[in-house]
Amino acid sequence: MTYQTLLGYLPAIMPELVLGGGIMLVLLYGVFRGERSLISTALLTLLVLCVAAYYVVLGASDARVLAFGGSVVIDPFASFLKLLILGASAVAMIMALEFLKHEKLNRFEYPVLIGLSALGMLIMVSANDLMVLYVGLEMQSLALYVLAAFSRDNTRSTEAGLKYFVLGALSSGMLLYGISLIYGMSGTLNFDVLKGVIETQGMSIGLVIGMVFLAAGLAFKISAAPFHMWTPDVYEGAPTPVTAFFAAAPKVAAMGLFLRVLFGPFEAAVAQWQQIIIVLSVASMTLGAFAAIGQSNIKRLMAYSSIGHVGFALLGFVAGGEAGVKGVLIYLAIYVAMTLGAFICILAMRREGRQVEEIADLSGLSTTQPGLALALLVLMFSMIGIPPFAGFWAKFYVFLPVVEQGLYWLAVVGFLASVVSAVYYLKILRVIYFDDPAPRFTEPSYPGNGVLLAMSVLFITFFIFWPAPLLNAAGVAASSLVK
Amino acid sequence: MILIDFFSWLGLPYEVSWTIGTAAMILALVVGLLLTCAFILLLDRKVWASVALRKGPNVVGPFGLLQSFADFIKFVAKEVIIPAGANKVIFALAPLISFVLAAIAWAVIPVAEGWVVSDINVGILYLFAISSLGVYGIIMGGWASNSKYPFLGSLRSAAQMVSYEVSIGFVLITVLLTAGTLNLSKIVEAQAQGWFLVSHLFPMAVVFFISALAETNRPPFDLPEAESELVAGYQVEYSSTWYLLFMVGEYLNIMLMCAMVTILFLGGWLPPLDIAPFNWVHGFFWFFIKLWAVFFLFAMTKAFVPRYRYDQLMRIGWKLFLPFSLVWVVLTAAYMLATQQPAAG
Amino acid sequence: MLMALAFYLFAAVLTVAAVMVIAARNPVHSVLFLILAFFNAAGLFVLLGAEFLAMTLVIVYVGAVAVLFLFVVMMLDIDFTELREGFLNYAPIGGLIGGVLLIELVLFLGGMMVAPASSAPRASPVREGVSNTQALGEVIYTQYIFVFQAAGMILLIAMIGAIVLTLRERTGVRRQNVAAQVGRTRAQAVENVDIKPGAGI
Repeated sequence: MTYQTLLGYLPAIMPELVLGGGIMLVLLYGVFRGERSLISTALLTLLVLCVAAYYVVLGASDARVLAFGGSVVIDPFASFLKLLILGASAVAMIMALEFLKHEKLNRFEYPVLIGLSALGMLIMVSANDLMVLYVGLEMQSLALYVLAAFSRDNTRSTEAGLKYFVLGALSSGMLLYGISLIYGMSGTLNFDVLKGVIETQGMSIGLVIGMVFLAAGLAFKISAAPFHMWTPDVYEGAPTPVTAFFAAAPKVAAMGLFLRVLFGPFEAAVAQWQQIIIVLSVASMTLGAFAAIGQSNIKRLMAYSSIGHVGFALLGFVAGGEAGVKGVLIYLAIYVAMTLGAFICILAMRREGRQVEEIADLSGLSTTQPGLALALLVLMFSMIGIPPFAGFWAKFYVFLPVVEQGLYWLAVVGFLASVVSAVYYLKILRVIYFDDPAPRFTEPSYPGNGVLLAMSVLFITFFIFWPAPLLNAAGVAASSLVK
Repeated sequence: MILIDFFSWLGLPYEVSWTIGTAAMILALVVGLLLTCAFILLLDRKVWASVALRKGPNVVGPFGLLQSFADFIKFVAKEVIIPAGANKVIFALAPLISFVLAAIAWAVIPVAEGWVVSDINVGILYLFAISSLGVYGIIMGGWASNSKYPFLGSLRSAAQMVSYEVSIGFVLITVLLTAGTLNLSKIVEAQAQGWFLVSHLFPMAVVFFISALAETNRPPFDLPEAESELVAGYQVEYSSTWYLLFMVGEYLNIMLMCAMVTILFLGGWLPPLDIAPFNWVHGFFWFFIKLWAVFFLFAMTKAFVPRYRYDQLMRIGWKLFLPFSLVWVVLTAAYMLATQQPAAG
Repeated sequence: MLMALAFYLFAAVLTVAAVMVIAARNPVHSVLFLILAFFNAAGLFVLLGAEFLAMTLVIVYVGAVAVLFLFVVMMLDIDFTELREGFLNYAPIGGLIGGVLLIELVLFLGGMMVAPASSAPRASPVREGVSNTQALGEVIYTQYIFVFQAAGMILLIAMIGAIVLTLRERTGVRRQNVAAQVGRTRAQAVENVDIKPGAGI
């Protein structure tokens, strides 16, 4: 491979190059500026993320471009997910600024770590090789472990970081074990070659075991039940904006990677992995619905809610085909918008100089802060899946292919899970609208979060009138993955 | 190589002559090393004494030449004392590891053209690997003694050696970039046109020399055994032969570092100038003379540089040498890329 | 002959050391056995002709990682009998998982076959006349440059993480300013005072 060939690959990985190089420059800037440079580093990181997104758009085409000996792939599927990841990371970073200032966590490493984690996610969704997959996954996870423990003087935050780290290391171990078995049986790391091997020789028992371990490792990263044990504790302990980030971008990246692995090399093995995914999906939906009911801490509740949403998104995997993948992608995009909106509301729960996290603290919000109450109403209705809101369409596009495939019982289970989950979403709304008013929350000092929340709510409400861009983009992305 | 050829010439089969020849080479090397070590020790003390306007050892043998042998007999004849609370196995293993590691590193050192026990391709990496293991003897000895001063000394030593290994590693990288090989004999041959000392690598030679002092716990970086604060550091509880092994291991390591300076920067066995009177002498003597000259610098440094404080030591390692050698690696690579065609293939 | 002898020696010591890592009662002994295991693994690499990997294994794992391990373990103050107390409680579930893994491995080995793609590189692991180091360099810096650089970014993240989680800017500490210390002149440091007898300063 000559020097010229290598240079020729660079345009394909421009977003990663920009992000990696830009974040290192931001890091240098932060180190020289010292501790008090959170706002400027955050804005610079935002700029870097935007430039990276610009290059994603610039490099987006219908073609499937391979780089570095086929180990990296750039296709519409990757571009779609990259834009979603970059957007979610940018929002999660901006919405944190106020919180970090109040909690005395205003250190410039926060945006840097978010950016590096986003870099790992970009590598993940572009992976076309088991080695690149692993490296990307580790890069994003390592940054997330640090972010979970970012509030290092808080025992719950450090506990969350440690727990996440130990269990994450375990899941990486399973993933690597699976990768080694797959490599041992097929003699290749490359997805395209692996696909050929499976199509010609079928799934040997070793490959099945390897695939199961790989799936278990990835299921951990998307926190699908029964690999969800870490989620509630980590979500509760980590600083709230970090939790918001956890719930959004890494899920997108890991789901994208999961799709790429299952619908790429293991496409021919659908009979083997479909049962696994059905189990994961049903378990996650049920657990998300029932375990959340008893929660009084809103972050913990959001953790179970996210487990449930992962279960719904996994339905699209089961359905398979272009429609199924398209459903997953739409679900992910709408889920990110909803969950980030919900976390902006949680970040607004600040009273007497400290953050409050109990559902009871929201009581009577409709009289004290009707705007925030309305936003929560829209978000909760959307999460339940009540028609005009985007959340309904998200569920619609994953249920539809499931029904078309004739898996009626699965659709019924999903429907029942949504009904049960309505109980706890409505419980929050009851507290907001019918309980005695508690004192007002402190007004934020930056307008940024309000704007982001308004954007989220407007998107969810008016998605029905203007769904075409998202649907079309998801359709193109899905068709590039499933041919 | 010569010995193996000699034994095959005697009519022995190749395997047998290889085994006998290699064993003989190892034996010759070890005996030579230990003898050199005895006199190096003496030189160390003599230089130190001269700087302090003393006479140094002058009683045993002419000019005190046999002093080291007398010391050897004394150490061996003493009683071995193992502290009651010590972890006996590790306590006994530590000096052995120190000594053995220091000795086996010499296996790849070419003392003259073709005079090397094992001429391996990754010789420089082997040396780096073995020298990075030297810390185990010290850390094990310090821990197994079950006593405060040895433990503190060994902790200091471990931190110090790990820190300076980093800059030594980068110096080695600049050298191998310039020479284009990891084989020590070929690194020496690459200096036929001029020593690396008088090239763009000069600053790296300085960094290497100072790091070598720290890596071998020599003054002014002898904090692990700083007698004024830690009595004698990790060696406090050792006596008799075990102590002797530590000390000989330490001096073998110092000689190894001198040999590395010789090979990497002073052209190894090559004569200073490839002209008549110089190239009559066998390469071994040039190597030997250079080794002693470098050791003389070590001894002089010990004699007149005051001991550094620990934070100063760490500052030099991490804040001065590491960035500097890192930048130099980049510059060297750029220089090599600019001036030379990349190797084909 | 010699090669086979060396192989069995390295392999046997490696296996025994690996078992001792988990069987040793004292964690310091465990780490030391781990080091022994690494060392023998390096020996096996040498026998395979992968001398670069062998040396890197020794430098990175034995020379750097294990030293830090040893460092930490030596300073721990743990009651080892207490640590082992819960062992029996969790033994059944641990045994179950171990058993499942074992069955999987047996199944795996039963279904094992040599991938056709791997026979070509196995026949000639290293090209004639190219040293191990060069052969590795040729692929690491071309075909695998992306992964290689990404691995570098991971290390950068680890470094940032370590600093974020542990570095504390302590106030009230006098810091070294080496330039100022070295740049101090006699005039700044020494003051001549004329003291009257019996008066003091």
